[in-house]
Amino acid sequence: MGSDTAPLSLNVPEPGCRPGDTPDFSDFEIPKAGEVGRPAVDVDPDSIRDMAFSIVRVLNKEGDALGDWAGALSVEELREGLRHMLTLRTFDARMQNAQRQGKTSFYMQHLGEEAVSCAFARALQPGDMNFPTYRQAGLLIASEYPMLTMMNQIYSNAEDPLAGRQLPIMYSSKEHGFFSISGNLGTQFVQSVGWAMASAISGDTKIATGWIGDGSTAENDFHAAMVFASTYKAPVVLNIVNNQWAISTFQGIARGGVGTFAARGHGFGIASLRVDGNDYLAVHAVAKWAAERARLGHGPTLIEHVTYRAGGHSTSDDPSAYRSKSEAAAWPLGDPIERLKQHLIKIGEWSEDRHAQAEAEILDTVISVQKQAEAVGTLAGGKAPSPRDMFEGVYETMPAHLIRQRQEAGY
Amino acid sequence: MIEAIREAHDVAMAADDKVVVFGEDVGFFGGVFRCTAGLQEKYGKSRCFDAPINESGIVGTAIGMAAYGLKPVIEIQFADYVYPAYDQIVSEAARLRHRSNGDFTCPLVIRMPTGGGIFGGQTHSQSPEAIFTHVSGLKVVIPSNPRDAKGLLLAAIEDPDPVIFLEPKRLYNGPFDGHHDKPIESWKKHPQGDVPEGNEIIPLGKAHIQREGADVTVLAYGTMVYVAEAAAAETGLDAEVIDLRTLMPLDLETIVESVKKTGRCVIVHEATRTSGFGAELMSLVQEACFYHLEAPMIRVTGWDTPYPHAQEWEYFPGPARVGEALRKVMED
Repeated sequence: MGSDTAPLSLNVPEPGCRPGDTPDFSDFEIPKAGEVGRPAVDVDPDSIRDMAFSIVRVLNKEGDALGDWAGALSVEELREGLRHMLTLRTFDARMQNAQRQGKTSFYMQHLGEEAVSCAFARALQPGDMNFPTYRQAGLLIASEYPMLTMMNQIYSNAEDPLAGRQLPIMYSSKEHGFFSISGNLGTQFVQSVGWAMASAISGDTKIATGWIGDGSTAENDFHAAMVFASTYKAPVVLNIVNNQWAISTFQGIARGGVGTFAARGHGFGIASLRVDGNDYLAVHAVAKWAAERARLGHGPTLIEHVTYRAGGHSTSDDPSAYRSKSEAAAWPLGDPIERLKQHLIKIGEWSEDRHAQAEAEILDTVISVQKQAEAVGTLAGGKAPSPRDMFEGVYETMPAHLIRQRQEAGY
Repeated sequence: MIEAIREAHDVAMAADDKVVVFGEDVGFFGGVFRCTAGLQEKYGKSRCFDAPINESGIVGTAIGMAAYGLKPVIEIQFADYVYPAYDQIVSEAARLRHRSNGDFTCPLVIRMPTGGGIFGGQTHSQSPEAIFTHVSGLKVVIPSNPRDAKGLLLAAIEDPDPVIFLEPKRLYNGPFDGHHDKPIESWKKHPQGDVPEGNEIIPLGKAHIQREGADVTVLAYGTMVYVAEAAAAETGLDAEVIDLRTLMPLDLETIVESVKKTGRCVIVHEATRTSGFGAELMSLVQEACFYHLEAPMIRVTGWDTPYPHAQEWEYFPGPARVGEALRKVMED
């Protein structure tokens, strides 16, 4: 029996721009700064469904802070935020270069995404727990975690708090509310929900935050996290960092037919909204709103941070092979550091000179810390963790078979 | 055995507020095998509750809870359903302590009914222990009777690391020696069905000599302990049956001592043969006892096929097959 309809064909979405093309973001709808209002923290998720299709923005192109979401941070806090982002960018540049020099195996930078983790960190309280991906080191920088410890981890040297066991940048610090990064994608999103459920089970006041990239929302763990968060009304803030690219795969492959990643929350009845991820003030204000909502027992929030990965995925990636070299410059939400700097200058609290001076000071600090770390050792030489450490900590008490294997290995 | 498992939960939950229990159907109803019956009523909905049908979500949230400081004891309804959670178990629970250098730990018990003999077909009969013993950072426990089930579960809950707790479902309601055509026995008449009250822990990593003997060592666990016992009795051979109880960490000392004494070894498990735990046991015995062995070791296992339905008793390693192996190992 033949069919009288035409043969079917497979739909494989394509990004708007590939190498050699001229970037075109004219389809990208960007609301004006201040246009999206701030609902009450106990809002019924159903009444803010439109927020999943809009973008909360505070800073406009001229550097003014506008609307309901503005005014949450003091000038001193804003200057500190700028310092955090500059520190993260400088740290990244030095470590990226250290990898190129063979001092470590691998590195992942945050270029263009510094506001997301640096601003978010400010909205949390001591004792809260982040379940980050590999691109939220701003959570550590902004909570004053020692850069020296970060570098020791990156170099896997004798002072590495993880004893050389983990890939560079897979930090862990319970004390700083930073859950051990696995390196797997998506797995920790659902763990954040479990941690938040535990806080509720224990009658605690702490909240958790989960982090995931646009590409990894396609993982089963994303859906598991959403259904558990929704069912148990867990005190958790679930963050999708949509930086447009999952290695070489554009966001449309994971997003499918739905308009935005935030809209995924609607099916679970979770308050869902999008924020300008390159706007330090907007990220902080939205994070604070969602954290308060969670802490007051109003349940989870899904935040899509709309940003752009201006650098490669990692030191093993060359983006020019799959996207236009000029795309980052054409990205319509600009650069987070430039935008906060412009705002501070506009309100008379910063200047080009002070900025240049701050950059120089931060560079000096980072270089001096780097020298300290390298004096201990790098992956290429110096003091390294003992091979004995590899056998420790698999279990709390080493079982007999591991003791035998350690002896066999000569340690 | 169901009652013993329920009691272990009860004792642990009464002793420690941090023990929480959840899984599919475990809350109001008390589990499809009734292992958690009454716990929600006694300890409240926040300590014993129903979960969505999402095994990776159940394990994933439990890891988060364990990292927070709770002690989750979760149920996967059948071991056959655990595969969606495998990534969470292998990449996350098992490695958390090691990769964070002890900054975070994962004290977690993942219970699941295992094994066949109930006409469960390929989705309610599998024995996946070897996919867990292959993973560094996990402990793997398989009790074979009510007394052990309670004591080992209490030990697993106290343990600071993730424990996979496999409950042979054919043993839930009584010992089973593989003679499927005989009337079902209850644990009530069996000495190992006598479960002490209170918090009597049986340490992990200690095998139990179920039947002493001088001629041949039989290494077994779970349902196969009783099959091996029956095979020994029916062949009239003086077999020493060792119930391993814990596969990881393994009580190698007890195994080696026995094989050195008997010089012969038969290994029995329900799981498929290739890359099964029997292969590991055989390697370990060979490494430690080669010069004491008087005959090649033999494995009696499930076949390397999916677990069948109509052919259940041709698949299941019953006393006839084990007896045949015992006779053969004595011939050489």
